[in-house]
Amino acid sequence: MHLHEYQAKQLFSEYGIPIPAGQLLVHSQEADGLLRTLGGSAWVVKAQVHAGGRGKGGGVRRIVDEQELRDAVDTMLGSRLITRQTDTAGLPVNGVLVEQTVAVAREIYLGMLVDRAQERVALIASAAGGMDIEEIAASNPGAILREIVNPVVGLQAYQCRNLAFALGLEGKQINAFSKLLTAAYRLMLECDASLLEINPLVVTESGELIALDAKVDLDDNALFRHPQLAGMRDIRQEDVRENAAQQHGLNYIRLHGNIACMVNGAGLAMATMDLIKLHGGMPANFLDVGGAATAEKVAEAFKLILSDPQVEAILVNIFGGIVRCDLIAEGILQAISEVDVAVPVVVRLEGTNAEAGLALIEQSSLAVLTASDLTEAAEKVVSSLQEGGG
Amino acid sequence: MSVLIDAGTRVICQGFTGAQGTFHSRQALDYGTRLVGGVTPGKGGQMHLDLPVFNTVAEAVISTAAEATMIYVPAAFAADAILEAAAAGIRLIVCITEGIPVFDMLRVKAVLRDSGSLLIGPNCPGIITPGACKIGIMPGPMHTPGHIGIVSRSGTLTYEAVFQTSRCGLGQSTCIGMGGDPIHGIGFIECLQLFEADSDTHGIVMIGEIGGNDEEQAAVFIKQHVSKPVVAYIAGVTAPPGKRMGHAGAIISGSQGTAEAKIHALESAGVKVVHSPAEIGSGMLSVMKP
Repeated sequence: MHLHEYQAKQLFSEYGIPIPAGQLLVHSQEADGLLRTLGGSAWVVKAQVHAGGRGKGGGVRRIVDEQELRDAVDTMLGSRLITRQTDTAGLPVNGVLVEQTVAVAREIYLGMLVDRAQERVALIASAAGGMDIEEIAASNPGAILREIVNPVVGLQAYQCRNLAFALGLEGKQINAFSKLLTAAYRLMLECDASLLEINPLVVTESGELIALDAKVDLDDNALFRHPQLAGMRDIRQEDVRENAAQQHGLNYIRLHGNIACMVNGAGLAMATMDLIKLHGGMPANFLDVGGAATAEKVAEAFKLILSDPQVEAILVNIFGGIVRCDLIAEGILQAISEVDVAVPVVVRLEGTNAEAGLALIEQSSLAVLTASDLTEAAEKVVSSLQEGGG
Repeated sequence: MSVLIDAGTRVICQGFTGAQGTFHSRQALDYGTRLVGGVTPGKGGQMHLDLPVFNTVAEAVISTAAEATMIYVPAAFAADAILEAAAAGIRLIVCITEGIPVFDMLRVKAVLRDSGSLLIGPNCPGIITPGACKIGIMPGPMHTPGHIGIVSRSGTLTYEAVFQTSRCGLGQSTCIGMGGDPIHGIGFIECLQLFEADSDTHGIVMIGEIGGNDEEQAAVFIKQHVSKPVVAYIAGVTAPPGKRMGHAGAIISGSQGTAEAKIHALESAGVKVVHSPAEIGSGMLSVMKP
């Protein structure tokens, strides 16, 4: 789960990580008198969306007075922000963060994430702050510093010093950096964050360290033990269909093709997408109905697929394990009779009770094509499209 | 012969009296698995499925000499269950539970490094030696005793590989589902090592997917240490970057973890990579020595 910058900074503040003085605005009226409250002589207005690249997308604006603040807030609030990390529709700006600017002497990159290969938390730092870490890694891999944390003993002081000295920090900054790093690691652990990024972490002209930006992702699997953090979820930033899917225990991701697929199991769902492509089609989605697919779930899955106007054909690929194929077939037939399915449907069933399931479909009066194996299923669904579309 | 488990393996179930534990324990018994008891804290001394229930894994090990466990406890308690099994000296821990927090798994893996226990999973279908022992949620009947070792990150794709190798008459020695989580127990390399050493395994199917670099590392290992024919399939060629494809581990981040990179690495190591999931069986048949 992604957090907004302002939410991540709330957590930073709770954990003692220094952030600029700032305030979230969700209504333009809230701008009245805000600059006086915040203090300072220049400010920055930042659109709160779940995507990076906001600066280049026009989602970050420097302002020097109340009039400019009003202009920025009026422009941003209620608009959609398009960045290199969003699709062409962009993401809705429902809030902006107004912050005091700081006099920046230098920018540092700081990131913490779970390193899969090491099976440990990796701290990543670079003196080339402000840049995307992928760009730094590509252009100058030597500029990336790493420390790996042993989960049994946690982050050690020497590891903080290693990074601080390698980054060229000096004097009081060394201790300030160690304190900040320790706080960030504690936040990561206690909140079950899968990613914590401060880019840039700035050293001000007066030598202080301040987290200018903040990105925190939380581990979805751990949300059950953090009800307060779970409450920070902003579903307005998420795809409507993907949300609806989740509520029904379905795992759906929209893609850009026209052949929808409905599959049980994530690996087989990906493989089915690949198979459609291999046979000359384009998958419209990833959809895993899960190991415990029921007739109700299958019906919901059909509704979901058909709510995408791009869809021109549907491929159902179920490998019955614990799930019985005859029950799935009943679900498919029920769904098709309830939901108005105007596009060709190809069904491949394999595994437990597959023959009974296929027989049910073939005996029905509904126009559903069956396939005896994966290849035939993919060929049939791709050619159904060519015939239908002319 | 087979790897890790056979007809003699003494198995217990953690989360034995719960709905999942009960259902899959019954299936395992029907398949012929030598299930010798189970653990549910607070229900020790009772009988369930005609088998003894224990309060702790330690008690179960003392009374039944169990050497393997299958874990069906809810995600919030699964890390504890794995650690309890390791502390009790269980040799093979199979954790079916999905949705375990990543930080729980980091701690579990740090402890397991210094133990004699091997973990399979979590979030996996389990392990089966056809006709001998089934520890997990895979449907037993489609498996056929034979000579192909199967290792996979995906559940239903494993079934696909099993189905196809059964249909073309090769059968399976042992099938291992490693699971779809980013932090997991047994990996491709350990499985390849086991299959390479097993005289009953004549060929190996490995099924990978986008995310991480397990497949790339496996490719290096195969090149140096595996003499048996290997067929691979990698799912997720059409998956877009930054989107998590169901499994927590199946995500392309930056330039890391693409299907193309994995396929290239495996092909460079002499592995036959099939580009359609429908060709796993026929691909294996084509590289088996007559």
